[in-house]
Amino acid sequence: MTLRNRSLPLDRRTVIAGGCAVLLSPLISQPAWAADEDLAAAVRTATGGVEVKPGRVKLTMPELAENGNAVALTVSVDSPMTAADHVKAIHIFGPENPLVTLARFHLGPRSGRAKVSTTVRLANSQKVLAVAHMSDGSFWSGDAYVLVTLAACIDGG
Amino acid sequence: MATARISMPTSAKSGDVIEIKTLVQHVMETGFRRDELGRAVPRDIINTFVVTYAGGEIFRMDLFPGVAANPYIAFPTVASETGDVVFAWTDDRGTTLTETRRLTVT
Repeated sequence: MTLRNRSLPLDRRTVIAGGCAVLLSPLISQPAWAADEDLAAAVRTATGGVEVKPGRVKLTMPELAENGNAVALTVSVDSPMTAADHVKAIHIFGPENPLVTLARFHLGPRSGRAKVSTTVRLANSQKVLAVAHMSDGSFWSGDAYVLVTLAACIDGG
Repeated sequence: MATARISMPTSAKSGDVIEIKTLVQHVMETGFRRDELGRAVPRDIINTFVVTYAGGEIFRMDLFPGVAANPYIAFPTVASETGDVVFAWTDDRGTTLTETRRLTVT
């Protein structure tokens, strides 16, 4: 996991979002594509380099979040949750956040169902990614795009 | 950490999957902010949440600054036997808040 911020074009909206830049000014020199690199690195750390296949994971988040400070998130994974076949972990990534890894859930056959919820902070509009680690060693993913009108880092995020 | 609220049934049928919802009071200070004098505000977040049921771990969550203040966490578990469900939130200062709820299984 690495820290970074993105350089942003100066229009009216990003001036408002400038609060983020002030907070993270020592890191602002990194280019915009750092988000993709950071996401790839965070996913690689979580999976150990195993290929992540799309599917089986459903990430439910609001399409529009007025406030990035607390955005509801629910992940459910298509899994029987038996001793032989269950979800071991679910990783949540927010590529536009200063710290890409947002949360990690550890489940097991005693969960009975692979469905967890929490609330996260979003520093910007972004596609949030959920990656599930299955007991057979495979990784599956689902994502959800959230449009954030007020970023998390403006008032105390 | 002042208080935690937990919502879960007090009894369930054996084999049923129950949902447990928790809400704990915590600032979840990210460590990315600066105060009015420009000094970095040190990070202070709940970094681990562990739940055991009848002595065995049933759920664990690793939290990062991207989790909102006053973390809400909901998760399921299989009602297998009558026993205590113990919730433990630990923050960066090493403070642990523990709560216990009894689940009666019929």
